[in-house]
Amino acid sequence: MSIARTVQPDLRRKRVNWQKVLVIVLFAFVPMFLLLLFTYVPFAKMIQFSFYNMSYTKNKGFVGLDNYLKIFTKSEYVDAMLLSLYYMAGAVVQLALALFFASILSLERIRGAGICKAILFFPFLVNGIAIGYIFKYFYTRGFVLDSVLQAVGIPLESLPYWLRDQSVNNWSLVFTSLWKYCGQNMVLFIGAIASIDPTLYEAATIDGANRWQQFKAIILPGIKTVFMLNLILSITGSLSAFEPAYVVGSMGANGTATFFIKIHQMAHVSQKVGQACAMAMVLMALILLFTALQRLFFRYVMKDSENTFNAKANKAKALW
Amino acid sequence: MSNVTIAVRDTNRNARIKRTVIKTLEYLALLLACFIALLPIWSSFTTSFKTAEEYATTSAMTLPQNWLNFGNYVQVWTEGEMLRAFLTSASVVVVVVTVSVMMGSMLAYVLNRFRFPGNGLIRNMFMIATLIPGIAMQVTTYQIMKDLGFLNSIFGYMVLMSGTDVISIYIFLQYFENLDGALDESAVLEGCTYFGVFFRILLPLTKPAIITVAVLKGVGVYNEYYNANLYLQSNSWRTISTALYSFSGPFKSSYNIICAGVLLTLIPSLIVFLIFQKQVYAGLASGSVKG
Repeated sequence: MSIARTVQPDLRRKRVNWQKVLVIVLFAFVPMFLLLLFTYVPFAKMIQFSFYNMSYTKNKGFVGLDNYLKIFTKSEYVDAMLLSLYYMAGAVVQLALALFFASILSLERIRGAGICKAILFFPFLVNGIAIGYIFKYFYTRGFVLDSVLQAVGIPLESLPYWLRDQSVNNWSLVFTSLWKYCGQNMVLFIGAIASIDPTLYEAATIDGANRWQQFKAIILPGIKTVFMLNLILSITGSLSAFEPAYVVGSMGANGTATFFIKIHQMAHVSQKVGQACAMAMVLMALILLFTALQRLFFRYVMKDSENTFNAKANKAKALW
Repeated sequence: MSNVTIAVRDTNRNARIKRTVIKTLEYLALLLACFIALLPIWSSFTTSFKTAEEYATTSAMTLPQNWLNFGNYVQVWTEGEMLRAFLTSASVVVVVVTVSVMMGSMLAYVLNRFRFPGNGLIRNMFMIATLIPGIAMQVTTYQIMKDLGFLNSIFGYMVLMSGTDVISIYIFLQYFENLDGALDESAVLEGCTYFGVFFRILLPLTKPAIITVAVLKGVGVYNEYYNANLYLQSNSWRTISTALYSFSGPFKSSYNIICAGVLLTLIPSLIVFLIFQKQVYAGLASGSVKG
């Protein structure tokens, strides 16, 4: 999958064409400059700062691995990391629901399927701060959620304070994330299902396969790549979850501070930039580790899908 | 013989009943899902029409007495300085979308149409950048923005938001991939410059990709709040997100007024979604391939 193959061959010239050089330099300069400025320079600085005891204004010197050791010895950081387990559980439920609704909407003749898809998708486009207010109002004692539950016959006294009670508040926050992203995952699955050859279903129906068998034998293999990418994105997203805690949970109050919220507070409230960088490094290492593990899992445990997956991955790479 | 026909009829009937039951359950599941998706927004919508007294005395789920009570909207619009915030957000969206479309299409053109040393390196640098979680680098990005004097500067915020967006470059690369190279080749032979080829021939042809990138990027920038909160703290440059964020101060727990503000911010997203639904769905799909 060499890069040369994706360059139009008929535009090659032997001698140096200065106009061409000018176009290349002019067109590539700004994006490359911004890529370096906002990705590679911060990345290099992050590595460097993580070994220093410093704030944005003062540098109190090199401290070696101290910043890293603190992360694994202080329970508040470990607890914050463990919070991502809530979000991972939520991500699994979210993907299952998204896949369920995607298959109903694409395989069955549903009246109003388009409207349904749009309604489920729209939360994805809602402004994050607006989501914060909407759900603070939604969860407030005696307001929206409690009214609905009371209408179903559950007395208010038996209901918890959804955002304050530490036994449920993280689940409440996970739900807001599910509410926002489920429809987006569903749209991606619908797209993947639509790309499956429809004659396969006809053949399966003639062979007497029921819906569940069709789902298992045709749809699942057909959308494996998209499913895996979604899974990786949701799991790595869970590790760096911050949106619900930031906007709905009032910046991680009442034990909802995820690891990223801790990084944010460490840098911008406590001004301990070195420590925050070390935490960011750990977060990044975890994300890369999980991504690699999932890729390995899909490659070796689900061997039957290996060929299709590799072919698609190579195709995706070739575009680069 | 007759026994067999009855048996066949029975299985047919059973199968039909089973189908009907399953179909009903599917509709119920979809209805429930739509109800859950809409309920939080719907309750904010109804609350935004309630007067202060009504808000204090009625349940959150009761409908407003007067659906034409726009008092909260007027109050939030004027006291929350929302016009100003809308104009700020609109200018950020216009600038960032224009810059992103130009940068993405230009870079994709160069990478796709020319073979030069560094072509592969540039592609790899962008691909590796997608592996580094941007969120982890907020801390040092803040330091760079500080060093550049970009704190509380709308220009700095625009530069940061236009910064490398791999998805739009990727969408354009995919698009150029499918545009026949013979087209620009013949234009060059007829004496057209490479700039002319790009601006006069190729750019107009990439219109579908431009719309997709513009819609995705536009909605993303309009809804962005983390960087806006971090870098635009002065009152003079409030975007919609930061303006909305500041409402918890003056309007405290007057959710009837805040809900009006929330609903106002949803209107542009809703309109864009209704017009460009297809492009939004398609853009998400091409963005996700990146992984």
